[in-house]
Amino acid sequence: MLLPLAQESHAAAAAGGGAMEWLWLVPLLPLLGFVVNGLLSLTSAVTLGPSDPSAAHGAGHGTGHEAAAHSDHPPSGGAHGDDHHPVARHRWAGLVSFVGPAVLLLSFLLSVAIWLQYRASGAHDPFVQRYFTWMLTGTLGIEAALMIDQLSLIMLLVVTGVGTLIHVFSVGYMRDDPGYPRYFAYLNLFVFFMLLLVLGANYPLLFVGWEGVGLCSYLLIGFWFSEKANADAGKKAFIVNRIGDFGFLVAMFLLFANYGSLDFQVLEASVGSQAVLGGALVTTICLFLFLGCTGKSAQIPLYTWLPDAMAGPTPVSALIHAATMVTAGVYLIARSHFLFALAPVASLTVVVIGALTAVFAATIGLKQWDIKKVLAYSTVSQLGYMFVGVGAGAYTAGVFHLVTHAFFKALLFLGSGSVIFAMHRAYHATHSHEDAQDMRNMGGLRKYMPWTWALMWIATLAIAGVPPFAGFFSKDEILASVFMRAQESTLADARWLGIPGDIVLYSCYVLGLAAALMTAIYMTRMMIYTFHGPNRTGETERSHLAEAPWVMTAPLVVLGVASAVGGWLNLPKFLPLGPTETLHHWLEPVNGGSALDITKGSEPALAHSVEYTMVGAAVAIAIFGILFAWRRLRPERLVPKAEARPEEGFERVLANKYYVDELYDRTVVRPTYATSRNLLWRGIDVGLIDGLMVNGSAWVARGAGWLGSALQTGRTGTYAWVLVLGVLAVVGAVTLR
Amino acid sequence: MLAESLFFSAVLFVIGVVGVLTRRNAIIIFMCVELMLNAVNLAFIAFAQVHGIAGQVFVFFVMTVAAAEAAVGLAIIIALFRHKQTVNLDNINLLKG
Repeated sequence: MLLPLAQESHAAAAAGGGAMEWLWLVPLLPLLGFVVNGLLSLTSAVTLGPSDPSAAHGAGHGTGHEAAAHSDHPPSGGAHGDDHHPVARHRWAGLVSFVGPAVLLLSFLLSVAIWLQYRASGAHDPFVQRYFTWMLTGTLGIEAALMIDQLSLIMLLVVTGVGTLIHVFSVGYMRDDPGYPRYFAYLNLFVFFMLLLVLGANYPLLFVGWEGVGLCSYLLIGFWFSEKANADAGKKAFIVNRIGDFGFLVAMFLLFANYGSLDFQVLEASVGSQAVLGGALVTTICLFLFLGCTGKSAQIPLYTWLPDAMAGPTPVSALIHAATMVTAGVYLIARSHFLFALAPVASLTVVVIGALTAVFAATIGLKQWDIKKVLAYSTVSQLGYMFVGVGAGAYTAGVFHLVTHAFFKALLFLGSGSVIFAMHRAYHATHSHEDAQDMRNMGGLRKYMPWTWALMWIATLAIAGVPPFAGFFSKDEILASVFMRAQESTLADARWLGIPGDIVLYSCYVLGLAAALMTAIYMTRMMIYTFHGPNRTGETERSHLAEAPWVMTAPLVVLGVASAVGGWLNLPKFLPLGPTETLHHWLEPVNGGSALDITKGSEPALAHSVEYTMVGAAVAIAIFGILFAWRRLRPERLVPKAEARPEEGFERVLANKYYVDELYDRTVVRPTYATSRNLLWRGIDVGLIDGLMVNGSAWVARGAGWLGSALQTGRTGTYAWVLVLGVLAVVGAVTLR
Repeated sequence: MLAESLFFSAVLFVIGVVGVLTRRNAIIIFMCVELMLNAVNLAFIAFAQVHGIAGQVFVFFVMTVAAAEAAVGLAIIIALFRHKQTVNLDNINLLKG
């Protein structure tokens, strides 16, 4: 169907053939899964007869989830349900359970084959496959072309690898939902678009993927759309992302208008030869690109959609809103390294926003009670870290954190999914309407779910930055990079809003340490309240708590291993526990040049003593945070949500997320509504268009007709008068001429 | 002599015009139209004294047409009266769409 027309670049000639020829199949397999599952979802869902005992059973289930607004209701074992999602296993559930994960697995295996081949070929240049011309208008020519290079290969492996695990987990988590095929159709479609985003060889193709994942995110956040809050959360995500996409589009227009192309390779060459360091144009383009990133990757000021996105099923939160889609902004900046390397001011903006987001979101995470909300703010915070990395030109560090974060955050989310699954099942069995996601209703789950407990502790230690887990290496590398860039780089020489760049970078380093401390605290808090202390679920519910089935636990184990050893991808030089800086050397052909431009040609390095001090400080902070939370928090004093009193003082401000949503509501949403309603609707549409234009022209025509018909009295006398006057006028005109 | 004749003709014509414009009775209006025709005839005769016989010939034509018109016109008025029971033109506006 899609045969490569031509292959570009010298390396491609050597590397072509074999698995690479099948590159197009990587995104197409999930698309195939989407088609199959999508068609199956069109068939009617219910296979249960009226004799099924659960039919009567379901009637007792009311609407009364207290936190229904943000609650995620995993359908638990057996066919039953509540009013919102009447649960019945779909008649094609078996086939869907096979197709959904299978296409991902094939895609992943193919990606591994491509990666191995690319690595074996020793190629440095990207491998591009052009399939057909997508657009050709004037001087704008856009090809449907896929590109493989070191960066996109990493993303490819993460997306398909973590994606496969999450698909497998979903089989257990979603099996009994009547929308099961629809769920997998969306999930497969998401992976297709994500792969397009990662593999696209030009900005427009990347943008197609970018918009496509946004669409799937919207569809999956509002998966249980019969509850208005979920549908609203989906809309919010979609609309907030549109604001960012506006920036992305403007950046593309500017790129094309000034450099005449949107192809990555062509642009990299022409920007490098035409743009000057710190030029206004390239800075503007970068800032607009970053606006796109703040939307997709949930940074200040557009982060508010991500916590609400937790309304979707938990595996969706793991795949889309933690591991892959939200990292698209980081990928975009790493991909646009040739632009950002020339725009120190824009890069500093990225670093500052990233650092502020990291701290800001972490403080909110300290006081959330919903287990998924804690993880959501943690994701926002960790994304801030990645932006600090890529913004400072430490592309390796940013991408490294992206990869390790994909491991441990997917693990945390799937673990929380496992917990919610168990909680929901327990509450369901006892017909309780308590909130299955509120940590105040959990506690002591370690006894009931030892596997989940152990694996989530691994992820917690990883995210907190405790060696030797993955997060330690990546977070430490970001912080060290910022510190080094503050000493010697184009960023340090630039001024950001009048502040010298080195001061900005040192401040961001301190902010990063502060965020690390809070990360350790809120993650430990989550673990203590969920798994330790006494159980607060309820007397009868307790007996129904149990570990999830193996199909859900097995992906957790794989992710647990990855979170534990992921740091070995890129060991720092001063800790030679194996081959060091593997990822750094791997990525060097892509953006090593830009990284060197930022550091003004010198390989950044710190004295080992300084490195050890910094690492020691970072580890001390992480361990202090964990111990602090461990000593201070008293899970035995917690009461279930129903009996809890509201927070007071600053705690209330944190629990209410600094009232940012309310602020946006007052300053943006309501004025927009008011303008739309009063000016655009009642003023322009009803008043001007309907009133003046449409009805106005009708009035004019009617008035003219009235005048004309009034002249025609039908009385001969009138006509005679007019005739005489006319004659007099003519005679007068002739005589007096 | 010519000037006096033309002045008289003009006076008769204006009387006819004013009659047509101001009166409401169809018969009177009809008579006024005849008056205007005869005023024109008088002018023709007067001019014929100066410019030759053609004017007198035209007068015969006018008298013929006026006779025909009187026949048709009176017939219309009678038909109108039978239909509407009036010859007051204010009450007759069949032309109005």
